[in-house]
Amino acid sequence: MSTLLVASRKGLFTVERRSADAGWQISGHHFHGEPVTQVLADPRDGTWYAALRLGHFGVKLRRSVDRGATWAEIPAPAFPTKPTEGEWADDATPWTVDLVWSLAAGGAHEPKVLWAGCMPAGLFRSQDGGDSWQLINSLWLDARRKGWFGGGNDHPGLHSICVDPNTSQRVTIAISCGGVWRTEDAGKTWSLHGKGMLSTYMPPELVADQNTQDVHSLSMCTTHPEVMWVQHHAGAYRTVDGGVNFTRLTPPLPSDFGFVIVADPVNPLRAWVAPALADTHRYAVDGAMCVMRTDDGGQTWRAFRNGLPQSHAYDLVYRHGLALAPDQKTMAMASTTGNAWLSEDAGENWVVLDAQLPPVAAVSWTA
Amino acid sequence: MPTVSFAPQLQRHVPCPTQDVGATTLGEALRAAFLAAPLMQSYVLDEQGHVRKHVAVFVNNEMIASRRDLSLAVGENDSIMVIQALSGG
Repeated sequence: MSTLLVASRKGLFTVERRSADAGWQISGHHFHGEPVTQVLADPRDGTWYAALRLGHFGVKLRRSVDRGATWAEIPAPAFPTKPTEGEWADDATPWTVDLVWSLAAGGAHEPKVLWAGCMPAGLFRSQDGGDSWQLINSLWLDARRKGWFGGGNDHPGLHSICVDPNTSQRVTIAISCGGVWRTEDAGKTWSLHGKGMLSTYMPPELVADQNTQDVHSLSMCTTHPEVMWVQHHAGAYRTVDGGVNFTRLTPPLPSDFGFVIVADPVNPLRAWVAPALADTHRYAVDGAMCVMRTDDGGQTWRAFRNGLPQSHAYDLVYRHGLALAPDQKTMAMASTTGNAWLSEDAGENWVVLDAQLPPVAAVSWTA
Repeated sequence: MPTVSFAPQLQRHVPCPTQDVGATTLGEALRAAFLAAPLMQSYVLDEQGHVRKHVAVFVNNEMIASRRDLSLAVGENDSIMVIQALSGG
């Protein structure tokens, strides 16, 4: 049975169900009191990685090869020295990693390869399981980066990394606010994708500008990797051609604003979202939480509310706050209010995890 | 020789003893102290070599004025203390 990892403002929690008769319970608390911004359980070798954002002392990365019994500090992604002359000398974006926002395992045949996406929006690759990190200069030094901006943050951030399981040199990433980018050669070159997405709030000439789309999250159907889903600042989208073109989906009601979207890894027509009222009102519509699922490629959506609070719920589910377990039916969801819920039927019914957690940044399942 | 010490909040993450170091500037003193605990550098300085914005460095009783310019001269009787900058309520 998979273990749930919960990255929170005050540590990393593990949640387990010891037996079919037992409920889900917190089984461990790591990095007491420290903000954990992302966690990865590498499905290839079981190694856990936790990204910390220490309030005083910067971004750190910890690794465990024994399911959290012990942790070792490993180098965190870091930018090179900022140039003092040339094109980037006056770069308004600081060359200091403020946040590790995404962590992803490489392909099955490259067991030590890891990817890390950061804020500011640098992409880093490790070839040695996190013992060292290389900035992907081809993206960081692309002049189009100067057009990116922070969506609700001071600087743009790279929050989604989708590695094609069939061709792991092909990686698709998403940036807020910097659109969708794809490499076919493990980061040597990049193409700006995302035709069809619309930033309806931008000046008219920039509404369709691919370089400044505010993608909140990007999720891949791993058995059909050309199918990906986007929760955008202004609606939900789907692509069936690897991100070249996106189609706006029928807005799920009660709202198509939110941060997270989760693709089913097998069924290319199924995905989940956790809507919020609006960018100006970042909490559940009418104070009533729901999870929405489409089973027809986004033409229709069903709202599931059983087990979720239906009055005065001011929770917001961040872009990594909803996750599907490898069994494709167990799900976890956690919020900025520190609530956490679990579902064992693909999101149709939920039970509350009996805990009052700190604000949650990310939930992730072990293999 | 100047003395460099790190606050318990830092030592919670990276143990590092108080040290007398051979140095004539603040930057040299910090770099010399990091030799005893290389991980400490990333806790005190960011990747650009600047003192992190929520870290405070005191030379004797005076907080350093610049996070970027660590060329401040230090003498053999100076005490350098690195602490977390306290902020918020």
